[in-house]
Amino acid sequence: MNTTTGLQQTPLHDWHAAHGGRLVDFGGWSMPVQYASIVEEHQATRSAVGLFDISHMGRLIVEGEARLQFLDSLLTRRVEDMQPGQIRYSLICNESGGILDDVLAYRIAEAQSEPAELMLVVNASNGEKIVAWLEEHCDGQASIRDATHQRAMLAVQGPQAIGLMGQLFDCDLTAMRYYTGRRAELEGESCYVSRTGYTGEDGCEIICDASVTVAIWDRLATAAEKIGGMAAGLGARDTLRLEAAMPLYGHELSEAINPIQAGLGFAINLRDREFPGRDAITRFRQDGRQPVRIGLQLPGRRVPRQGCPVLDAGQQVGQVTSGTFSPTLEQPIAMAYVNSTAAEQKNLDIDIRGQLTPATVTPLPFYKRDR
Amino acid sequence: MKPEELLYAETHEWIAVEETGGEKTATLGLSAFAVELLTDLVYIELPTVGQLVEARQPFCVVESVKAVSDVYSPVAGEVVAVNDALPDALETLSADAYGAGWIAKIKISDASGLANLLDFAAYQKQCEEAQ
Repeated sequence: MNTTTGLQQTPLHDWHAAHGGRLVDFGGWSMPVQYASIVEEHQATRSAVGLFDISHMGRLIVEGEARLQFLDSLLTRRVEDMQPGQIRYSLICNESGGILDDVLAYRIAEAQSEPAELMLVVNASNGEKIVAWLEEHCDGQASIRDATHQRAMLAVQGPQAIGLMGQLFDCDLTAMRYYTGRRAELEGESCYVSRTGYTGEDGCEIICDASVTVAIWDRLATAAEKIGGMAAGLGARDTLRLEAAMPLYGHELSEAINPIQAGLGFAINLRDREFPGRDAITRFRQDGRQPVRIGLQLPGRRVPRQGCPVLDAGQQVGQVTSGTFSPTLEQPIAMAYVNSTAAEQKNLDIDIRGQLTPATVTPLPFYKRDR
Repeated sequence: MKPEELLYAETHEWIAVEETGGEKTATLGLSAFAVELLTDLVYIELPTVGQLVEARQPFCVVESVKAVSDVYSPVAGEVVAVNDALPDALETLSADAYGAGWIAKIKISDASGLANLLDFAAYQKQCEEAQ
C-alpha cells in the first residue's frame, strides 16, 4: 500500500513506473492503463503476445473439510464435481438473482486422491464484498484466506503466447485444455499456469509467489520483445475483451443485472442445488421479456460510451454498457442492454452526447480468433 | 506560431491573440504536452462557425480510444473559423501542435479571461510539477 496515495500496489508497480506505465486508480489499486499506446498494445496482443499484470484481482483460498459443499451452496455453477486441475467460470448472485461478481473457481490438485486447494479469483473492485459475503454464509463450514498479496497473477495472451510459455517453462503447454491448470516451473520457480484469458486470444494466466514475480515478468518481457510482443495495460485489456464481447463487472454485470439478461446461462447449474438467486434466475429464465445484451457497430469515429441511451424510432429502448473504438475493426463498437423487441431490430440509434447516431445490431462477439 | 510567444490555459489550450481594427481574435490549439497525453486519438468534434462560446467552458471535444476530453475556451466570443482539415488528419495535432494543428478562431466579446492565462515559462512549470 502506498500511504501517500492510499492505493494498493502489485509486485510489478515499480516496473510499470520505470517502463512508462501511466498509473491510475483501478478498484483501489495503482495499475498501468497503458505504456505508450493502447492501440499498439492491443495490436501486439492480437498479432504476437501481450503481457498483463492482473495481480489486482483477488485470490481467495477456501479452506475446510466442507469447502466443496460450501461453494456449491453459493456459486451459480457446481464446484463439487470439478476435476483436479479444472477451472470454472461462475457467478455469485444475491437472493434477487442480481450479480455480485463473476469469478473463476480453481480446483488445484494433480490427482483425484489429492486434497484439492480451492481458489476463487474475483474482481479487484469486488474483493472486500465477496470476502464478506463468503464469511457471512460459511457458518463454520469453511474459512476464507485472502492470498491476493502473497501470490501475483499475470496473463500472457496472443497467438504466440503458448510458444513463448513453452520456451520459458519446463513443460509444453500446447496440449493443455482450455479452463484447466497445472503446476509448471520457470527456472526452478514453481507457478500455477492455466489456459484461461480475457482477450479472445489463446494464452495463459500465471499465478506465482509475490517474491518471484519481477523475475518471471522480466523473463517474459525480454522474450516477448524478441517476437513483437510487449507489456499491455488495462486500457488494452478493455479494448481486447470488448472486441471478444466478454462482460466486465460494473458495465455488463452488476447487482441490478441478472445472469439471463447478461447471456450467461452457461454459468448456471440449477439442478439439485440451492444457492442464493436460484429461484429468481429460474423465473427470469422463463420470462421471455428479459432485456437482451446486444452488440452494436457504428460508422464514423464518434464513440458510444457507457450510459449512452439506445433508441428505436425515437423511443429509448436501452443503454450502452461499454463502448470503444475497435483497433481491430477500425470502427466504434459497443455492447448494450435493450428490450427484447429492440434486440430483434437490424438498426438502432445511439444518443452520443446529444447527437443521434445510427448503429447496426451485430452478433457477438465482434472478433473471433482463427483456430 | 512559436510556443514561447503564446499564452496557455491551465487546461492545456494555447492561445494567440491578434487585434485588427479594434477587434480581438483568438486562435486556439492544444499544447504539445496535452497532445502527447492524448494517445490513440480517433476523432475531434469541432465547434461550428457562428457558435457562441463562454469563457472556461468546453466548446470542442477530442476523442481517444479510451475516453472523451473537453477542450475549453479561455474567452467568451463567437467561433469565426475552424480547422476543417483536422478531423481527417489528427496526426497534425502532434506533428505541428502550434501551427497547422490550430483548432478554432474566436472573435472575442469579453477578453477578461485572458488575464488568467499563463505565459510559456509558467505553463512549462505547471506541466513539470504535474509529472
